[in-house]
Amino acid sequence: MEDCSANTVSLREFGCEQNLLSRPDGSASFVQGDTSVLAAVYGPAEVKVSKEIYDRATLEVIIQSKVGLPSVKERAQEQCVRESCEAALLLSLHPRSSLTLVLQELHNDGSLLSCYLNAACMAMMDASLPMSCLFCGVTCAIQADGKIVTDPTAAQEAESRALMTFAIDSKERQVMMTSTKGSFSMQEMQQCIAVSQTTSEKIFSFHRESLRRRYSKSV
Amino acid sequence: MKETPLSNCERDFLLKAIQEKKRLDGRQTYDYRKLKIMFGTDFGCCFVELGKTRVMAQVSCELVAPKDNRPNEGIMFFNVELSPMASPTFEQGRQSELSVKLNRQLERCLRNSKCIDTESLCVVSGEKVWQIRVDVHLLNHDGNLMDAASIAAVTALCHFRRPDVGIQGDEVTVYSTEERDPIPLSIYHMPISVSFAFFQQGTYLLVDPSEREERVMDGLLMIAMNKHREICSIQSSGGIMLLKEQVMRCSKIASVKVSEITELITKALENDKTARKSGGRCGFAESMPQERITAMKKEETSVEMTDVTEKAGDMVLQAEVPPQTSQSPVVPLPGMGQVGQGLQNSWGMEEDEQDEEENFNSDEDKETVMEVVKNQGQGDVVEISDSEEDEVVILEPEAVDKVKKKKSSNSHLKGSAAAQKLHNK
Repeated sequence: MEDCSANTVSLREFGCEQNLLSRPDGSASFVQGDTSVLAAVYGPAEVKVSKEIYDRATLEVIIQSKVGLPSVKERAQEQCVRESCEAALLLSLHPRSSLTLVLQELHNDGSLLSCYLNAACMAMMDASLPMSCLFCGVTCAIQADGKIVTDPTAAQEAESRALMTFAIDSKERQVMMTSTKGSFSMQEMQQCIAVSQTTSEKIFSFHRESLRRRYSKSV
Repeated sequence: MKETPLSNCERDFLLKAIQEKKRLDGRQTYDYRKLKIMFGTDFGCCFVELGKTRVMAQVSCELVAPKDNRPNEGIMFFNVELSPMASPTFEQGRQSELSVKLNRQLERCLRNSKCIDTESLCVVSGEKVWQIRVDVHLLNHDGNLMDAASIAAVTALCHFRRPDVGIQGDEVTVYSTEERDPIPLSIYHMPISVSFAFFQQGTYLLVDPSEREERVMDGLLMIAMNKHREICSIQSSGGIMLLKEQVMRCSKIASVKVSEITELITKALENDKTARKSGGRCGFAESMPQERITAMKKEETSVEMTDVTEKAGDMVLQAEVPPQTSQSPVVPLPGMGQVGQGLQNSWGMEEDEQDEEENFNSDEDKETVMEVVKNQGQGDVVEISDSEEDEVVILEPEAVDKVKKKKSSNSHLKGSAAAQKLHNK
């Protein structure tokens, strides 16, 4: 079993701004270090008959990268985000409606998928969509020497042996979605999951603080 | 989504207010909304806020072969993306009329006016030139998308730095950002577009219409000018009849506005340059306003990881043993075939030696090889009895083992020869 040599891992500086766009029902921008993402939510709204589901809302996730046309990579990321959101949202409260989540990459400096997840959660909160739990995204990278790094930058991602992104829910800190790249052992993956669960505490307390600030009577 | 129709009372209210020279947000007839220009972390990324309309532009470059009829000129490519974020009526992938119109207008404004020196983008005449790609993403639609898009595109082009290129004889070296400082594009002039909305068959006009005003307008006049008072492009849409004096008046207003906007752009570029030189962090993260109640930032934090190893160890011990997986989860029925690397070949064809070699070469990890061997021994051997060609022989696990061992001694030919022998049996 590989030991993670350091006793502490670090999260880059992160920040969030909600309700910054006037047209969408809910919007948020999430920043992790230099990686920044803008998320917008429309819904519940009218749905096309071809896409409607009789007892649930239809969630559509659209991810747009900065340069170029959308490719398979964006589609794969869309699926990861959609699975996490569908697990957290109470879709049966809005049957035959559509929920649209649009994510725009503003700058990619590593940990992009977890930034998408965090921005999506803040935007859905801003849109007041009913959710059974909040979720957050954490990225872990295992470097060549076995050391685990959370929230890696693009340079750290490029020289890592394995890269894992987890979506973790706020109720029981369980893993909702996993997306991995590279090779690693079972023990390493369990270690990364444990690391991500501890890291998610910080992000959930950030959710509480930012909402407390937003709805406070005095700052 | 279908556009929500504008109610008649709202329409009448807007038109009546315009007749009395009043606007919903309190502006004067010729006033622009507040314009904010911010830059991203890397060169060529620019955010523009025109009131509530938000636009992002990103410039990137790539070395490509030039067009046949212009062998020593670079290529400019523009793409205006109507993000579904900007308005519920914008749909992804669908080329709507508005998207075509904006794309064409931006192209005419920037490419046909020759604001960028394309000959300076040539590296090797006839073989390699720089292709400059400008992607404009519309993030929020609150009216006057064209102006915001043109400001963002021009500012991003001025902000962009392309990698330095060195030519020594026949060799061309492209230097990275760390090796040599990237160089800016050579820009002759900055064309900015100004939009005028006309109401009541051209009687009233408004500069920089908001989204509501755009919905009740009769027609739109777009004039693209630079600060030297040269008209780069002019377009009138909506079918309104305009008099010569009206067009002249609009162009005078446009020249005033364009000089103001150009000044703002140069100031923003200067500020960004000084910020980067002094080593300060710049980008979207920095430009997030902190005094707002809806924004919050948290400094870099470290997380305690002391008990992670024990926790992980416990999880592994507590976890159930994973079920024995067979290599191919599909149960072959008679008449069904499988094709693919590593799968059992059940087509009525001779196994390709090439495939065998590739199969062995791809197994890097020793553990996986042993697992594959084990599973092949446990999996069912499929015999297709209705094959018309030579008898298919599925390699037995021992034979596979032998062949795999041979691989380690670097004799791929021997391995394939062994397989050949088995086939010919």
